[in-house]
Amino acid sequence: MTAPGVFDELVGQDEARRILAEAARGTGMTHAWLFTGPPGSGRSTAAVAFAAALQCPEGGCGACHTCRTVLGGTHPDVTRVIPEGLSLGVDQVRGLILEAGRVPNAGRWQVLIMEDADRLTEAAANALLKAVEEPPARTVFLLCAPSTNPAEISVTIRSRCRVMGLRQPPAGAIADLLVTRDGLDRREAELYAAAAQGHVGRARRLATDPQARAKRHDVLQIPRRLTGLGACFTAAVELIEAAEAEAAGTYTDQSAAEKEALETALGKGGTGKGASKAARGSASALKELEKRQKTRDTRAQRDSLDRALVDLAAFYRDALAAGFGARVNPIHPDMAETTRAAAARLSAESLLRRIDAILECRKAIEANVRPRIAVEAMMTRLWQS
Amino acid sequence: MAALEPIRLILGDDEFLAERAAADYVRAVRASLPEGEPAPAVNRISGNDLNTGAFAELTSPTLFGGAVVGVIESGQDVDKDLAAAVLAYAEQPAPGIYLAVCHNGGNKGKGLSEGLKKLDVEVVRVPKIKRQPDRVAFVRGELRDAGASPRSASAEIADTIIQAVGSDLRELASACAQLVADTDGKITQESVAKYYSGRAEVSGFTVADATIAGDTAEALGALRWAVQVGVDPVPIADALAMAVRNLSRVAAERGGAAQLAGQLGMAPWQVEKARKQARNWTADALAEAMRVCARLNGEVKGGADDRGWALEHAILQITRLSAAGKGSRV
Repeated sequence: MTAPGVFDELVGQDEARRILAEAARGTGMTHAWLFTGPPGSGRSTAAVAFAAALQCPEGGCGACHTCRTVLGGTHPDVTRVIPEGLSLGVDQVRGLILEAGRVPNAGRWQVLIMEDADRLTEAAANALLKAVEEPPARTVFLLCAPSTNPAEISVTIRSRCRVMGLRQPPAGAIADLLVTRDGLDRREAELYAAAAQGHVGRARRLATDPQARAKRHDVLQIPRRLTGLGACFTAAVELIEAAEAEAAGTYTDQSAAEKEALETALGKGGTGKGASKAARGSASALKELEKRQKTRDTRAQRDSLDRALVDLAAFYRDALAAGFGARVNPIHPDMAETTRAAAARLSAESLLRRIDAILECRKAIEANVRPRIAVEAMMTRLWQS
Repeated sequence: MAALEPIRLILGDDEFLAERAAADYVRAVRASLPEGEPAPAVNRISGNDLNTGAFAELTSPTLFGGAVVGVIESGQDVDKDLAAAVLAYAEQPAPGIYLAVCHNGGNKGKGLSEGLKKLDVEVVRVPKIKRQPDRVAFVRGELRDAGASPRSASAEIADTIIQAVGSDLRELASACAQLVADTDGKITQESVAKYYSGRAEVSGFTVADATIAGDTAEALGALRWAVQVGVDPVPIADALAMAVRNLSRVAAERGGAAQLAGQLGMAPWQVEKARKQARNWTADALAEAMRVCARLNGEVKGGADDRGWALEHAILQITRLSAAGKGSRV
């Protein structure tokens, strides 16, 4: 049986497509699902497609009004939460639970999609647990998380969900997608599919955004440039600044628009009697907004930095593989010469130490170490190991 | 003595100095009165509480005759209509009535201060003291006014007092007065140390400088003071990392300080300072020190059970790494 149209976006997940399509028709349906899989495997795509399949009378044709509104994010009975900050707080979750408890307006189900459920705080997870445990009759919870590791999603929530594991889509499948949908030529598509390490969104970004390509290129030049202590710090500054610039580019316009909208709502620029008094109380609301925007920027910065670090680690991984003559596909096929040169010059042990340094740096940043300091320390290790 | 102006504008954002300027004005009024006159009546009112009635009261003569001094504090809070009344009065002040208007010099209530300036009233400026030399000058002036001997009012003594008391002017002024009273005007370094032990303001940078210099004892001492006066471990750890970073970046480069400063985004004096400090260091040691700083950063943000211990441990490691630290290994 072929999966219906809404699942087209789900690349390389044949098993998941089959199970979800069947569930939408009523076989094995349950009130809470947990989508797990490595970043970029399409957890949120799967959740949205599944929501469409649930609402669509045809089981997810992909063409009818219902399917299109769900996929477009405008269906009244599908609430989609994308945490933009570093965490998802209890206040927000309580509000969402109220919304999710309503009887569906038009569709067949009330669906709550929570992307990045691993960012739930402990209190928020407990609040959500109550709802998942005893859900309203026509409500479905669709949660997304990288894995079922207790560090990422609480065991109590996990045990009340049906877990839908997604696998890392094979590079070939991603390349196919890039060729058929974005019209790339085969060679380029394969390069970006490999460089994205199974992350569909990243592959498309590399394929379509020249800035993302330039940044990847810069990051991969770092190992060659680390010739001394000064170079370490220069490279660190550049890496941090690139991340900041990328993060600023992501949200600056949106932040400015949000601020303006709020100011207008609070009556800024009003004249006449009482206008200044009305504006006085609005400072705290603006401050609240700025705080939210700041955590969003911080997260964007960290995400950007994390991508760069993963690319860098993959470079040393390629060098290691080349050194052993292992028959595995390189992650950066376009850097084959440089990685071979690195493999000839550096011992396997020192390459491993460098990969360790990068992974430790990622961990440190997650533990809230100032990114600049963590990256600087990492660079000194990449230089000396 | 020149006739005293009937209106004085005290312009500046230092509350203590403004208060003092107002008191000076009252004293000057008293001094200008002929012998035998009763002491002037002094009325103070805050700009917030000023209304038409209160202002009329402030600028009316007393029943018993004699001068009247009115002081309007925080004149920036005087509302618009009343500011116009004050200005109207200032154009034609009544005889025997003196008025001091304090204003913080900010944009708020600017009409009043600008209006008074236009009327060419006497202006006394009392800006906040921000630079260290100005602060030293202030303390020396305080000491002299309190009657200290010229030798006691030296820059070194003033420096010691500031280090011990902090930068708050009110506290500095009272400390000066107290010291002069306690020592009959002959203040020495020892007498300052006798009454004020310890240091009031130790920042992370003090700790970092001593650490980089390889001075274990000084660094640990400064750390204890800093923790004692309530500096959070996180800025101390950040200051350490910044010191090591500046050192590393400067050590690796050649060229003039000014040029390098532009290139690295540091101030020229930072480059000079880092140059001097870098002599004790090798590149390998600096790289290692940077890693210690990164670990410390994680530890003070919840990675370690005892943040104070983590700081001490890191300081010991870094001072050992510097060549100068090798001599005085603990």
